[in-house]
Amino acid sequence: MKAQSSERRYLENYLGIKGWVWGGRYRLERYLYTLHRISGLALLFYFLLHIAMNGFRLSSGESWTSLMDIFDTPIVKFGEYLVLAGFTFHALNGLRLILQELGYTLGRPKPPVYPYVDALERRRPIVFVMGGVIIILLVVFIFNFI
Amino acid sequence: MSNNGENQGSVSKLTLKVQRYNPDRDKAPYMQEFTLPFRKGMTVLDGLLYIRENIDSSLAFRASCRMGICGACAMLINNLPRLACHTPVEEIGEFTLEIKPLPNFAIVKDLVPDTSSMFEKHASVKPYLMRDDQEEMEHPTAEFVQSPDELESYLQFAYCIKCGACVAACPTSATGKLYLGPQALTQAYRYCGDSRDNKSGERISAVDPYYGVWGCHFAGACSQVCPKGVDPALAIQLLRRKVFAQSLGGKERTPSPVAAPPTGSKEKIPVPEFTVTQDDRS
Repeated sequence: MKAQSSERRYLENYLGIKGWVWGGRYRLERYLYTLHRISGLALLFYFLLHIAMNGFRLSSGESWTSLMDIFDTPIVKFGEYLVLAGFTFHALNGLRLILQELGYTLGRPKPPVYPYVDALERRRPIVFVMGGVIIILLVVFIFNFI
Repeated sequence: MSNNGENQGSVSKLTLKVQRYNPDRDKAPYMQEFTLPFRKGMTVLDGLLYIRENIDSSLAFRASCRMGICGACAMLINNLPRLACHTPVEEIGEFTLEIKPLPNFAIVKDLVPDTSSMFEKHASVKPYLMRDDQEEMEHPTAEFVQSPDELESYLQFAYCIKCGACVAACPTSATGKLYLGPQALTQAYRYCGDSRDNKSGERISAVDPYYGVWGCHFAGACSQVCPKGVDPALAIQLLRRKVFAQSLGGKERTPSPVAAPPTGSKEKIPVPEFTVTQDDRS
């Protein structure tokens, strides 16, 4: 691309990372995208933390036990539940994305007749089913943490 | 419908907060408020034209057809990319509107975006029919045969007016300057999916790099804001499928043949009795 902007003194107006988080007045799928990114980054952070914490085992058994005693609080338990919730959402939404990003379940192109309904909106029930499964799983997982 | 505490019927004033920026004078964009009379059926473009004609003639924006065909007046209206001519104020339901230029494009002045990057990307995906029979392409003897089903497989994507609303809505375009964007990728599929074309391989090599079709994360915002119902998100996923199939060894289709020459034996449709003929006029 030509660097026309600098030659003509045009002002850059890219939304940047703010454009990933700030969606404006968009619909459900746009915010599933944001949540997918946030849950992905959170899981990555958890894995790094998990590896670091497990490193304590290398030093001694006592240090590991004392670390686990520190973590045995309701707040950490809730944090673990959030990690599981993030993993459940990321996994199921990821499966939906893998299928739909290869053109499956989206249907065929349709002539645009006003009011326009696009393929994602026609397939909204898939998102609702996914949401239902996530909620059921999260309710079941609560019993593992009580 | 929220309208700043007034009933829609009694609203007589419209407030437009417009982003201003003059590269010769301003260091950064700023918001300017205009209050103007509101009338039923008024579009956002009507409001901007009123400002230019009656309040501030230096306000810069791009508009032409006033009927959602040319795509020139796309702008960010209350945080959503829309065509100003196609957006009645009552449809938004608010009588204080914030208007900014399309994001993800450089600002030329006020509400005028520099869409040249989009057109360059559009040209890079070879948005035209390509076939092996070059002689027929340059000196056509007849039209290419295409069934209604084949037409419908890409027709939706042919309605693109290149307004740039999809690029402005795309979160990947917000960070990836190289990313081809929903407009160009949709046009790539529009021709890859056309039964008259048989060189989609050339087009696929243009969209296969990391900044091409794989950059889409399927947020679907492009399809939501498209003023013509083009559904770029669907086109990009179908294009992905095509690129994937080709990487697994998929072959080019045989393109539609040239239509057989007319035999001349077709019966002419009789002229209805009520039609005014040349003899009646004289």
